[in-house]
Amino acid sequence: MISAVTSRFAQTLLLLFGVSVLAFLFIDLAPGNYLEEMRLNPQISEKTLVALRAEYGLDRPLAVRYVFWLRSVLRGELGFSFAYNSPVWPLLKTRAWNTLILTVTALLTSWMIAIPAGILAAVRVGRWQDRTTAVSTAFLLATPDVLVGLALLAFALHTRWFPSGGMHALTSTETGMLAHAKDLLVHLVLPVTALTAGALPVLVRHVRSAMLEVLTSPFILAARGHGIARAGILIRHALPAAANPLISLLGVSIGTLLSGSLLIEVIMSWPGVGPLVLQAVLERDPYIVIAAIMFSALFLITGNLLADILLYTVDPRIRRTES
Amino acid sequence: MIKNPKFWISAVALALIHLAVIGAAFFAPRDPTEQNRDFSMAPPTRIHFFDSRGQFHFRPFVCPGAVEGRRIGPSGYVEDCSNPSPVRFLVSRQTIRNGNTLKASWHLFGVDRPAQIFLMGTDDYGRDLFSRLLYGGQTSLGAGLLAAGFSLTLGLLLGCVAGYFGSWADDVIMRGAELFMALPWIYLLFAVRAFLPLHLDAREAFLLLISVIGLTGWARPARLIRGVVLSARQRGYVLAARGFGASSASIMRRHILPEVSSVALTQAALLVPQYILAEVTFSFLGLGVGEPEPSWGNMLASLQTYSVLEGHWWMFASGLALVPIFLLFYSFADSLLGRFQLLDVYR
Repeated sequence: MISAVTSRFAQTLLLLFGVSVLAFLFIDLAPGNYLEEMRLNPQISEKTLVALRAEYGLDRPLAVRYVFWLRSVLRGELGFSFAYNSPVWPLLKTRAWNTLILTVTALLTSWMIAIPAGILAAVRVGRWQDRTTAVSTAFLLATPDVLVGLALLAFALHTRWFPSGGMHALTSTETGMLAHAKDLLVHLVLPVTALTAGALPVLVRHVRSAMLEVLTSPFILAARGHGIARAGILIRHALPAAANPLISLLGVSIGTLLSGSLLIEVIMSWPGVGPLVLQAVLERDPYIVIAAIMFSALFLITGNLLADILLYTVDPRIRRTES
Repeated sequence: MIKNPKFWISAVALALIHLAVIGAAFFAPRDPTEQNRDFSMAPPTRIHFFDSRGQFHFRPFVCPGAVEGRRIGPSGYVEDCSNPSPVRFLVSRQTIRNGNTLKASWHLFGVDRPAQIFLMGTDDYGRDLFSRLLYGGQTSLGAGLLAAGFSLTLGLLLGCVAGYFGSWADDVIMRGAELFMALPWIYLLFAVRAFLPLHLDAREAFLLLISVIGLTGWARPARLIRGVVLSARQRGYVLAARGFGASSASIMRRHILPEVSSVALTQAALLVPQYILAEVTFSFLGLGVGEPEPSWGNMLASLQTYSVLEGHWWMFASGLALVPIFLLFYSFADSLLGRFQLLDVYR
C-alpha cells in the first residue's frame, strides 16, 4: 500500500512536469504576449517595453525561462503575473480559498441530496418515486450550466431575495463575525444551487444503479429470508456493499473542486479561480493560467488517490488482493 | 431497433432539427446580421387569428409595432392593430448583409412592410432572434458534430492501434490518454485557447474551436475503443482469420471495426451534446465565435448585463433550445446502448 502511494506520488510529479513543459512549449509557439498587447497603449514607449522585456526575462530563450520558472516554483511563487505585477501564488491562494468555500459547500449539499434520492429510487424501482427521479435527473442533465446560472441570476434580480452575485456585501466586514458569516451564506445560496443542479443527476443515477445492483444480489435475498427488517438491511448490509463505485465517484467530485465551478463563478461573479483564469486568458498572462492548470490537475490526481486509499481501507476484498 | 419507438422518435426529431438549421436560409425570414435599430429588444411578435371585431381569420396576421420612445422591452413596445398585415408564406424577399442588399431569395414566411415579424423577438441591435437561432445552430450544432467526428476519428485510430498491436504502442498511447484525462477538461481547453491569438474571424474561430475540442477529447473514446478491441482480438473468429494468414489490416477492417462501430456510434451520441456545450460555453465567455456571426453561446452573452437579464426573457432562446436537443441526444444514445447491449462497456 505504502509503495503504491509513493509510486503514485512519483507519477504525479512526472505528470505535473509534463504538463508544465507542454504549457511552456505552447506559450512559445503562440503569437503575441502580454507586452504585445501593451504596445497598443500609446502612453508606453518603445524603450519601456524593451526594459520590461528584459525585466520579465522575455528576451531569454525558452529553456532559460523554464529554469527561472522552476526556481520560482521552488520558492513557492509559481511564476509572475504581468497584469498584477505580483507573484502568482498569493493571487491564486485567496482565489482558490474562495472557490473551495463554494465548491465544498456544493459538494456536501449535492451528496446529501443524492444519496437519499438515489436510495429511494432504487428501493422503489419502477414506482412513481423512481420515475420522478428518472425524469427530473434527465431534465437536469440536459439543462446546461450556463442556463441554470443565468436563470437563477434572473430569479435573484426579479425577486430581490438574493444578492445578484459576488461573495460579500460591501458593508459586511464592519458588522461583526456573525453578520459576516450570514452575509456569506446568503451569497452562497445561488451559486451552490447552480452547482448542485449540475452535479446532482450524475450522482443520483450512480447511487441508484449501485444500490440496485446490491439489492438484487443473493445475500440481500438471504438477509431478507432471515427476517431482518428492511431498514436494517438497507443501512447495515446494502449501503456498505454499494459504497465502492460511490467512493470512486467521490474521488472524481473532489478532483473537480477547483475547476468544476469556473463557469458558474464567472456568471455569478464569485471571486474564485474561474474569473481570475478567464481574465488571465484574455490578458495573455500565461503564468496564472499555467499555475491554475497545474493546481487543478493536482486536485484531480489527489482526488483519485484519496478514493483509492479510501477503497483500500473500506473494502477488505481489495486489501486481500493487494497483499 | 426498429421496434424501439425511443430510437425512432429521437432520430427523426434530431434529423428535423438539423434540417431546419441547415436550411436556415429558407426557414429564417431574415439574415442573422441584419439590424433593425428601430426595433431594439422588441418582444416576440404576436400572431393574431382574431381581428378587433372578434372575427376569426384563417390566415394569421400581425400588427405593425414600434418601440415607444426610449423605453425598450415588453413595456415599451406598442402594437397598432388598425392596419394589420397578413402572414404570407413562401415569399421572395431581399436580405441585407453587412449593408449590402443581396439578391432576393425564397423564405418560408414573411410579412409586408411596414409590419415586422419577429417570432422570438429581437436583440439589442434589433436583429431577429429566430433567424439568429437557426443560423447560430449551424455554428453550434455544426461545431458539436464536427468536433465529435474529429475526436472520435482520433480516438478510433489510436484506440485500435493500442488495442490491436499492444506492447509499446499501447503503453505510449494509454499514458498519453492518462495525461489528457488528468487535466480538467475545461481548463485544458482554456489553456490551449490562451496561447492562441485572441481576435479571430468567425470562420477561423470555428475551425480552431473544433480542432481544440477534438484534440483534447480523444482520450476517453480511445480508452473505450481499446477495451473493445482487446476483447475482440481474442475472439475465435479473429484467431481463426489470423491462422488463415489474414493481414492485420484486413482483420481490422472485416472483424474488429464492425465490433467497434457500435461503441463509436454510441460514444458519438454522448459526445456531440458535450461538445455543443463546449462551443456554447466558449462563445459565451467571448473566446469562441464572435459577433456579429451568431452562435448559441454568444447569443447568451448579452444576458451578462443585468438590465437585459431582468426584462428580456426571450434572450434565453438559444439556451432553452439546448435542453430539448440534449434530451434527444441522450435518449438516442440510450436507445443505442440498449440496442447494442453496451451497458457493461460503460460501467
